[in-house]
Amino acid sequence: MIDYEAIMLTIITASTPLLLAAIGELVVERSGVLNLGLEGMMVMGAVAGFAMAQVTGSAWLGVLMAMFAGVAMSLLFAFLTQTLVTNQVATGLSITLLGLGLSGLIGSGFVGMPGVKLESVSIPVLSDLPYVGTLVFGQDPLVYISIILVIGVSYMLKRTRMGLIIRAVGQNHNSAHALGYSVIKVRYACIAFGGMTSGLAGAYLSLVYTPQWIENMTAGRGWIALALVVFSTWLPGRLAAGAYLFGGVWILGLYAQGMGVPIPSQLLSSLPYVATIIALILISTNRRLSVINTPASLGQGFVPDR
Amino acid sequence: MRLILEKRPQASRLMYFSSPLLAIVLTVIVGGLIFAAMGQPPLRALYLYFIDPITNLWSIEEVLVKATPLILIGVGLAVTFRANVWNIGAEGQLTAGALMGSIIPILFTSWQSPLALFCMLVMGMIGGALLAAIPALLKVRFGVNEILTSLMLVYIVHLLLDWLVRGPWKDPFGYNFPKSIGFDDWHLLPTFGDGRVHLGLVIAIIIALILYWVMARTIKGFEVRVIGAAPRAGAFAGFSQAKMVWFCFLLSGGLAGLAGIIEVAGTIGQLQPNISPSYGFTAIIVAFLGRLNPIGVIFAGLLLAVSYIGGEGVQIELGMSDKTTQVFQGMLLFFILMCDTLIHYRLRFLKGNGGQL
Amino acid sequence: MSNLTMAEKPNFESVSKPLLEVKSLTKKFGDFVANDAIDLVLEAGNIHALLGENGAGKSTLVKMIYGALQPTAGQIIWQGQIVTIENPAAARELGIGMVFQHFSLFEALTVTENISLALPPHLRTSDLEERIANLSQDYGLPLNPRALVVDLSVGERQRIEIVRCLLQEPRLLIMDEPTAVLTPQEAQALFTTLRRLADEGCAVLYISHRLEEVKQLCHDATILRLGEVVAQLDPQQETAGTLAQHMVGSSVHAVSRQDNNQAGDTLLQLTNLYQQADTPFGVDLVDLNLEVRSGEIVAIAGVAGNGQGELFSALSGEVTNQDAAAITIQGQACGHTPINGRRQLQAAFVPEERNGHSAIGDFSLTENILLSRHAVADDQTPLHQGWAGIKRAELAKVNAEVASKYDVRSASIDAEAGSLSGGNLQKFVVGRELDRQPKVLIINQPTWGVDAGAAALIRQALIDLSRQGSAILVISQDLDEIFELADRVAVISRGQLSSSYKASAISREEIGLLMSQEKSAPANEATAQGSS
Repeated sequence: MIDYEAIMLTIITASTPLLLAAIGELVVERSGVLNLGLEGMMVMGAVAGFAMAQVTGSAWLGVLMAMFAGVAMSLLFAFLTQTLVTNQVATGLSITLLGLGLSGLIGSGFVGMPGVKLESVSIPVLSDLPYVGTLVFGQDPLVYISIILVIGVSYMLKRTRMGLIIRAVGQNHNSAHALGYSVIKVRYACIAFGGMTSGLAGAYLSLVYTPQWIENMTAGRGWIALALVVFSTWLPGRLAAGAYLFGGVWILGLYAQGMGVPIPSQLLSSLPYVATIIALILISTNRRLSVINTPASLGQGFVPDR
Repeated sequence: MRLILEKRPQASRLMYFSSPLLAIVLTVIVGGLIFAAMGQPPLRALYLYFIDPITNLWSIEEVLVKATPLILIGVGLAVTFRANVWNIGAEGQLTAGALMGSIIPILFTSWQSPLALFCMLVMGMIGGALLAAIPALLKVRFGVNEILTSLMLVYIVHLLLDWLVRGPWKDPFGYNFPKSIGFDDWHLLPTFGDGRVHLGLVIAIIIALILYWVMARTIKGFEVRVIGAAPRAGAFAGFSQAKMVWFCFLLSGGLAGLAGIIEVAGTIGQLQPNISPSYGFTAIIVAFLGRLNPIGVIFAGLLLAVSYIGGEGVQIELGMSDKTTQVFQGMLLFFILMCDTLIHYRLRFLKGNGGQL
Repeated sequence: MSNLTMAEKPNFESVSKPLLEVKSLTKKFGDFVANDAIDLVLEAGNIHALLGENGAGKSTLVKMIYGALQPTAGQIIWQGQIVTIENPAAARELGIGMVFQHFSLFEALTVTENISLALPPHLRTSDLEERIANLSQDYGLPLNPRALVVDLSVGERQRIEIVRCLLQEPRLLIMDEPTAVLTPQEAQALFTTLRRLADEGCAVLYISHRLEEVKQLCHDATILRLGEVVAQLDPQQETAGTLAQHMVGSSVHAVSRQDNNQAGDTLLQLTNLYQQADTPFGVDLVDLNLEVRSGEIVAIAGVAGNGQGELFSALSGEVTNQDAAAITIQGQACGHTPINGRRQLQAAFVPEERNGHSAIGDFSLTENILLSRHAVADDQTPLHQGWAGIKRAELAKVNAEVASKYDVRSASIDAEAGSLSGGNLQKFVVGRELDRQPKVLIINQPTWGVDAGAAALIRQALIDLSRQGSAILVISQDLDEIFELADRVAVISRGQLSSSYKASAISREEIGLLMSQEKSAPANEATAQGSS
């Protein structure tokens, strides 16, 4: 018999890093910035989190360090794209390349070391409930944080003034500037937030998913998270649904391999990437859906006159 | 104090040429600091990294061998990025070219003629172009972001290569190692003398020169620049955005594929799970460092090739991680983008926030 | 932070000092002096005109008053106290509101959200929607607070900007070229609102280059030329001619035009032209019919955003049509033909936007010549040839010819296009096409944002070309321009085209009615009030 709760658990575990990275990028893109450095920020978070936890023995200090590393990388991106108005696509790529290299360099001393795992929550009685106990009450803290972030971002964008300002800046930075909003400050803040959640996503990989350091352990998840943001048409609820769907696809491949399905393992491993492409095609066939939410100034630099 | 930009009335020629040099200097300085931070003697490490590779014939040859794919892919990407089309999946197209071109030496081992080698090169180009056609089609037909699709295909085609060399194309007498049979001499690129430098370098430089002419002097190059600078002006000039996407992807994909088969038939001599130390991604840096100009790409390709050999040098001599190379390459792209701002803007520091009175 | 202490407003009655005084205000951009020691005095209850050509420095001046730019030197005195206006929020805090020429609106946000973004915290109450509805009713500026901006007409969008200022009960309202996008009737309605505001004690700084309007509305006028104040006067005492003289510095060369009663063969014809918009927020063209004959200029009037851009794309072939016969040029059906094919039929096109459409700022002028002429067969010598490449010498020759014939002034003969002033670049772009002596010319907003001298030169060149037997279609929002140029006029509204009328037989008001056809109340009200 298939243990459905175990499968759900692994799906959530596989989805959470995607969700964490993507929810930050969603805010970044809503403010009109395209940060392709997700993969680099994530992998830096992973190595920084692992290293800190390894040295101090505290997974939580690792999580903090990972967030710090993600923010630091994102601020490099912000400095180039916002202050120096460089091309956002190329700058994002450079952050990714830099992150992959730097993480390898920092992590070279940590390869093969035992890691520290961030423990799951355990609430007496509730966590032991059949079927839903672990699923609802026994996850690791980052899962809850990711869900809180999705709800929080959704509320922030829709209902708060801050959200209104972020949307305004993303839609038309010239108008926002004319009304006296500091486009660049708003974007710096959003980019830093994106760096923080990417760092968290990295920490999830190296402190929860597989508590050890492996080179390039993000394996393209940063890019898939970027695709998820497009797929979500910039709506947090849809983003969460998409992330769990992708986590499902990822786990499907692993399970099939584990159960000895006579398909080459490489084919199963390629499923998430194929699914990403298919998802992008599906969403693009419905253009009107994405038009209203698409930040109109996405990817364009802004230089105010003085 | 605040840093602000002031637009120059005309782009600065001086900065256009000196910004790559400035970026290199910054990379060297920060690189030295990183070495020092890791407890290595910075000057010694920098010497090993940048100078040592060009002090003896053996390593100069290695530099030229590594520069070959970088230049081939870099010139294609230079044209593509100029047109504001973002193919960042050259690494996958390289692999696809290597796979397609290897059909002849692996499956038609007995076809031994100079024509076979020529056909391998052509098939390599077709392989790369075919893979690149997927993001092009999706972009033109559905408006799907080409950055994401071209990148996803890198992972997919790598897995395909992995499957082939562990499965159907595995050398039956290879002690179960994941690699194909070694290519027959007829299926290998001729080398210069007894060295490692092969015909690929000549091909790469000829293609770079041709593309230089195309970009600088022909209407096709003009079309690329117009569409890249202002798509609406492109439509006004009667140039088709969709055709440009196809042109760029087929060109850069074809050249990446060519680089792939050249790498396999010139340097490695067989298929294996790893055929490229991220040439396809490094070529992105090559293209930018070379000012998106094919002649510039030749020099940038040589420099980045030095960084590979230098990285191996510090790895062997100082026992540092092979990731040093990637860090230097990442920094180089980062700083070149930073310095390029100076072409169009002057930097000024303002006290306070610019207020008056 | 003197601006914060100024937030408490003194009583209107107790103020004897002027509302706003500007003393030797100067703004430099690098070496360029945009405003040179400007003095200006605004009194409460007055409508003060700020006149000047494009590039005279009007926008720079008001942006400093509104806190969007910081002055290099000089003082701003608000109700007797020197203030530093650090940003637009501080300006609004003082009681200064501004309606921009290019609206600062967000298309995918609602009216309420747009307004809320510009309000200080104490005005963002939960009943904002209701207050918007009430205030807009009260001032005759009807608005649905929940509508998305993208669904609104240009006139409605301007109302958002005005309501957003009025909610803050401004002491000073700055209006930047407000009537440029309105029908004559809508403009009259706006004047009524402005007069009422002035009566209530608000000062209005009214920027315009439409002299008739200024005479009709304003109490005082300040005239700027090349960044300096050249006159401060009472517009009622002046004629449009003398005002223009102050603006330009010399008497404007009047465009001369003889009526042309013997138009020849039809060179451009639209027959049941339908075109779906290619962007989600564009305007669909519906059943357009028109013919333009040899020797005549036909103008298409209309308020911005009624399908002018789409019409230009359809006519130029930047977007091709399903129906080949919908468009004929010189008798040839060419709906399927892309732009260069139409150029080969001796047609030429000048789009509205100079920067990034008809020219590329980062490219040299010679390269910009190539932009529209690389595939044109009627050139004597081809400008490029296969692998042999682009013939730079030929290009330079054409460029020199255009520069001398159309008085294009640039720092060097082959400067970057972006370094030219708006007027010079437009002369270049128009000259590049006219140099080919096209049989059919389609030109969108020929003199938008250019100085009076360049505008006169361009208009004269268009008239001369038509009198040599070419057919010219002018798309314009500027009725002055239309009456200066056109033999016949048609009006585009919501993607539909009216029948055409002889220009000498139709009035501004009649055109205004055609512009606002299918539109609701305000235009009709304005008509009912009559116009002068």
